Amino acid sequence: MAEQDWPLWEVFIRSRTGLSHKHVGSLHAADQQMALQNARDLYTRRQEGVSIWVVPSAAIHASDPAERDAYFDPADDKIYRHPTFYDIPDEVEVL
Amino acid sequence: MYTQGLDQQGSQDNTEHANADREREAAFQARIDGEEKIEPRDWMPEAYRKTLVRQISQHAHSEIVGMLPEGNWISRAPTLKRKLILMAKVQDEAGHGLYLYSAAETLGTSRADMVDQLLDGRAKYSSIFNYPTLTWADVGAIGWLVDGAAIMNQIPLCRCSYGPYARAMVRVCREESFHQRQGYELMLALCRGNDEQKRMAQDALNRWWWPSLMMFGPSDNESRHTAQSMAWKIKRFSNDELRQKFVDTTVPQAEYLGLEVPDPDLAFDEESGHYRFGAIDWEEFFAVLKGNGPCNRERIEARRSAHEEGRWVRDAARAYARKQAKRAAAQAA
Ligand SMILES: [Fe+2]
Ligand SMILES: [Fe+2]
Repeated sequence: MAEQDWPLWEVFIRSRTGLSHKHVGSLHAADQQMALQNARDLYTRRQEGVSIWVVPSAAIHASDPAERDAYFDPADDKIYRHPTFYDIPDEVEVL
Repeated sequence: MYTQGLDQQGSQDNTEHANADREREAAFQARIDGEEKIEPRDWMPEAYRKTLVRQISQHAHSEIVGMLPEGNWISRAPTLKRKLILMAKVQDEAGHGLYLYSAAETLGTSRADMVDQLLDGRAKYSSIFNYPTLTWADVGAIGWLVDGAAIMNQIPLCRCSYGPYARAMVRVCREESFHQRQGYELMLALCRGNDEQKRMAQDALNRWWWPSLMMFGPSDNESRHTAQSMAWKIKRFSNDELRQKFVDTTVPQAEYLGLEVPDPDLAFDEESGHYRFGAIDWEEFFAVLKGNGPCNRERIEARRSAHEEGRWVRDAARAYARKQAKRAAAQAA
């Protein structure tokens, strides 16, 4: 019987100020402090980031890939949500 | 890399599920053919999952065991600069192992299980790490040749059909180039040194050349799963294609160093534009793979004792986390 792993954490990194955090991978750690330290050592050895978030993997709730179409199709036919849908005469400026 | 087509077990898995799920499999293959990435929660054939778990975990184990031959020289590096470089390189390899274990875990296996399989000998890792590092020049030869061969294998894996594996490989490849360059620079320093240093460099090349060629795995007609892995776009080039590419790029680098590649049959073929090279001793390859290389026992022993000696740390961290959580809960109440 294998020894139980430490909990799994997902790691998000802000690569530069002004950008949002982006998922970069996961790691194991006993608690949140260790998760942060491990994330620093594992994912930012070459100045890849200025800020780290760690989230317990178990806390993430995700959409089901099998229901992708049912979930996202309704946005397909709503072209009026995009600015290009609207005809504005060229003479009108700054619009 | 380091996966070496070690896929001896599990060949029945392919047929087991062939009858069921035919429609889903066709849809799955169509996604792959369309260069779509497969993500962890997507449906996938069981054999695809098993192939990936085997390949990614072997790859991870190789990164971890691969720290040992080089780690052997950290305390004896000739200068502080070389010592810092070597520590950073070995630390990167630990990182590669961890990226890869995480990628494998997205397929439903646990790291504890994978580590167990390595420690009790069920899992394989690249045969190259069962050779000893006898002199400082070996550190250079490993960076230049072993990491060089790894890069050749890993670059196509960045386009692997399985998303988490491909993304881990992008990260790994970004880091590998430093590994190869520091190795070559180390060799260059030796080759520009005195006679004894140059002899050391030549001796390292003599010992690491053939095991490096073996890193690409058995020849195409011997390698069982190549066709299926190609169809699934886990693999993009065959073992022999990658090996040829490695020889073609490495031989001129050896010439620049003024070293001789230990292969009397090596010759440039004008017509094909490729180097022809001598026969690989596959008996040695399979012997090392089976556990009979010069350092197999030592490597696993080192991993086992590291695991055992680290147990109290893992237990203590868990106990501390439990205590903190309890305290936090009590405070909230
Ligand atoms: Fe590596
Ligand atoms: Fe490396």
